[in-house]
Amino acid sequence: MKRSMLLVSILVALSLVLAACQAPAATTPAPAEPTQAPAAPTEPPAEPTEPPAEPEAPVEVIPTEFPRAETLYVSGAAWGPASTWNPFQPGSLANTTGTIGFVYEFLFNFDPQTATMIPWLAESGTWTDAATYDVVLRDGLTWSDGEPLTAEDVKFTFELAKTYPALWFSPVWNYLTGVTAADATHLQFTFEDPLYQEWDNNLINVPIVPRHLWESMTEEQITVGANEKPVGSGAYLYLSNAEDRNIWVRNENWWGIGVFGKPAPKYIVDIRTASNNIAMGMVLKGELDLSNNILPGVATLADQGYVKTYYSGPPYMLSANTAVLFLNTTKKPMDDAAFRKALAFAIDTPSIVNTAYANLVKAANPTGMLPAFDRFVDQAVVDELGFTFDTARARELLDAAGYKDVDGDGFVEAPDGSAFKLEVTCPSGWTDWMAAIDVIAKSAQAAGINIVAATPDYGAWNTALQGGTFDMTLNNWANLSNTPWTLYNLLFNHPIREQMQSGNFGRYDSQEMFDLVDGLARIPTSDEEGMKAQLSKIQKLMLTDLPVIPLWYNGLWAQFSESTWTGWPNETSANPTLPTTWSGYWQLGGLQTLINLKPAGQ
Amino acid sequence: MRKYFGRKLVIYLLTFFLAVTIDWLIPRFMPGDPVANMLARVSVNSTAASVMQEYYTHLFGLDLPLWQQYLNFWANLLRGDLGISAYLFPKPVTQVLMNAIPYDVALLLPAILLSWLAGNNFGAVAARSKWLDNTVSPIGYILTATPYMWLGILLAWFFGIILDVFPIAGAYSFSLSPTLSWKFIGDVLLHWFLPFFSLFMVQFGGWAIGMRNMIIYELEADYSHYLEALGAPRSLIRRYAFNNAVLPQLSGLALQLGVIVAGALVTEVVFSYPGIGYLLLAAIQNQDYFLIQGCFLFIIIGVLLANFVIDIVYVLVDPRTRRGMTGEAA
Repeated sequence: MKRSMLLVSILVALSLVLAACQAPAATTPAPAEPTQAPAAPTEPPAEPTEPPAEPEAPVEVIPTEFPRAETLYVSGAAWGPASTWNPFQPGSLANTTGTIGFVYEFLFNFDPQTATMIPWLAESGTWTDAATYDVVLRDGLTWSDGEPLTAEDVKFTFELAKTYPALWFSPVWNYLTGVTAADATHLQFTFEDPLYQEWDNNLINVPIVPRHLWESMTEEQITVGANEKPVGSGAYLYLSNAEDRNIWVRNENWWGIGVFGKPAPKYIVDIRTASNNIAMGMVLKGELDLSNNILPGVATLADQGYVKTYYSGPPYMLSANTAVLFLNTTKKPMDDAAFRKALAFAIDTPSIVNTAYANLVKAANPTGMLPAFDRFVDQAVVDELGFTFDTARARELLDAAGYKDVDGDGFVEAPDGSAFKLEVTCPSGWTDWMAAIDVIAKSAQAAGINIVAATPDYGAWNTALQGGTFDMTLNNWANLSNTPWTLYNLLFNHPIREQMQSGNFGRYDSQEMFDLVDGLARIPTSDEEGMKAQLSKIQKLMLTDLPVIPLWYNGLWAQFSESTWTGWPNETSANPTLPTTWSGYWQLGGLQTLINLKPAGQ
Repeated sequence: MRKYFGRKLVIYLLTFFLAVTIDWLIPRFMPGDPVANMLARVSVNSTAASVMQEYYTHLFGLDLPLWQQYLNFWANLLRGDLGISAYLFPKPVTQVLMNAIPYDVALLLPAILLSWLAGNNFGAVAARSKWLDNTVSPIGYILTATPYMWLGILLAWFFGIILDVFPIAGAYSFSLSPTLSWKFIGDVLLHWFLPFFSLFMVQFGGWAIGMRNMIIYELEADYSHYLEALGAPRSLIRRYAFNNAVLPQLSGLALQLGVIVAGALVTEVVFSYPGIGYLLLAAIQNQDYFLIQGCFLFIIIGVLLANFVIDIVYVLVDPRTRRGMTGEAA
């Protein structure tokens, strides 16, 4: 047989495989060395076509290149490829930061730095009596397809949650009794026993959807549909997406341009970097304007002026949420408040801050309140019942509670004489947390408590967390918000169920605490003194029982380059906003940051 | 002929059934619950959390007894429905795979075929040249013993970081969108080259070494000496030796396919190349039963098909098998 015959056979085989795989056969060229250099970002490309003047007409020509000077490259928000543009999908699923915030907007935004609600779609919102909330919408609101946005759209959005309990904000209907739209801009919400704190949280988190497009959708489309090509009211429009990027283009007809100003970048390319190191390299080269990834060595680079951060010195980053150690109170010896207290004194938080995080975070207040909520901390309670790292004190407390080293192995035994060995966990691969739990285990061992660090897979960790089979584990699921209630709702979520999906993973069972947290939810957000009094009671009980140990504040990781865009917020800004692209933060000042940006060289 | 292929077909179908069953079983042995993971980071009101958990569990059909889930899986599979991905919710798995497969085909086919052709030819040449044999064979041994992933990292470091001539991640630049332009095609090729090259090199070493040894063996065989004694030209002898030596290499290819595919998976992870391997890693990390099943199914079908094709090719190129099948009488 000739060799050429062999070749022919292989070609036949090749085409068979190709046909079977239904893949484009012609796209596999020989491995000729490509000679073309990568597209230089600064090269002036063809001017992309401006969107047509009529708001009715969609953008017809999709640009294929994004001029560097008009494009903002960001990363750190997406964890996977974008798959859904449904604003009702739980945040972690969407992987499209911007569906909520760019495309769909809220009645209010919130400025965490000044703790004020910013009227957004709403012009005002007022409690006319204890159970009636009146909203006046702005005039001239429009959807990106040109239709007007009216009170009917808002009413429709809230009523969707009444019809479909699978929407995350459906519990609002436990206390909301009705919504009426008086005219195009006037709405009235009526309540029975309203949870004011939660209601305010809904005002900044429930995305308003267009009724004219959504009323004909099926239940499945509304609750779990992908909603490709979303139509919203916001500052940016969906342009395109791929495995590792989402691209947004400015809505030139956005109603807010006259009110808030025009966001500076025409295009936003949100990149999912393969690793944090790649993000770091791209920021250094100026290919990435804002990275919201955690980059452990960034303090050094910021000190040397290679990248910019919010603070020019430690902790460099704003605080985004509190990392809390949940203790499983259904297991021995974590069911003993005296043991929990001793453990709190044993944990070397300063080392976590200095070593594990290289000064990128701040140690947490014992109450867990973020710095933005400093005014809600009852300092007298903290002085009396708080804890600091103090190994000697931890040993004293253990001794006093009957935990003594009976068998002489260097670790204490329970008062009944039984030895114990506990595990502190976090998901595998979360390197900063892995370093932190190592510190926790080592410092606890130094105080005589036998704790070892373990890092199961995320799935296994999550199953143990929700099922309550862990010993102690880190968690930080209460993000920066408009109310301290969010944190305590996570810490003391109730009732205790078989699966705890949204808090109180350690199953701390205290009716007194549950009543206090429920009471907090019922205090109007305008009644700051009332909130402080209630929070003081919560903090006192929390620090007495200590079912959870707040350790440090995870940062609002942000490092930016000024090579293409300037005007980033920092500690010296007059009205600093949040330099973040994370989902759920656009309405907390993230969008205002984009409006404040200026092209470099201007 | 019909009997031969009939028997092969039964074996392939049986393998397919077993492999797919294992494929269905494996994700379910993993600790963790895909729905809980999906909803994990939505800190919502506790009543909403339980309602959503129930709603999504039902949506994925995970509230049914296991045997029913298994039967449903086969029923859906035969209809071409692989379910919905939890990681990329609510995209259907088939759609997710369709987006990834072109990248795999573009990587695997040229790498397998070119390395096989180039490696065999190169090995045959090396066997005849002492100089080549002494310098290149050791390199071949090193290459074939190199783990795919390690060579990938090394190439990324050298060509991507030190020389900065090739990008080290992704399938095309962030400043471009897919279009049919030379700039885009060039950019795609540039991103494709390093993952392809690391796959190509490792296999190339293996085939070259194998061929070199086979040729030396064939040249020492009786028929070669006999031809020589008859005064046949050396090129003729070598052609006969090559034809005989290529047969074991062909069955070697069938045996190696699984290893090569596994190598491609890790190579894709190294280069963040958006093929099945990259997808599979994410699917496993997210307990996405359906996507894991889909990725493995693609690999199973791919490897079985390729083996089947090699079976056919073997019949075409080896006169002995062909004669054996059609019967001695013919």
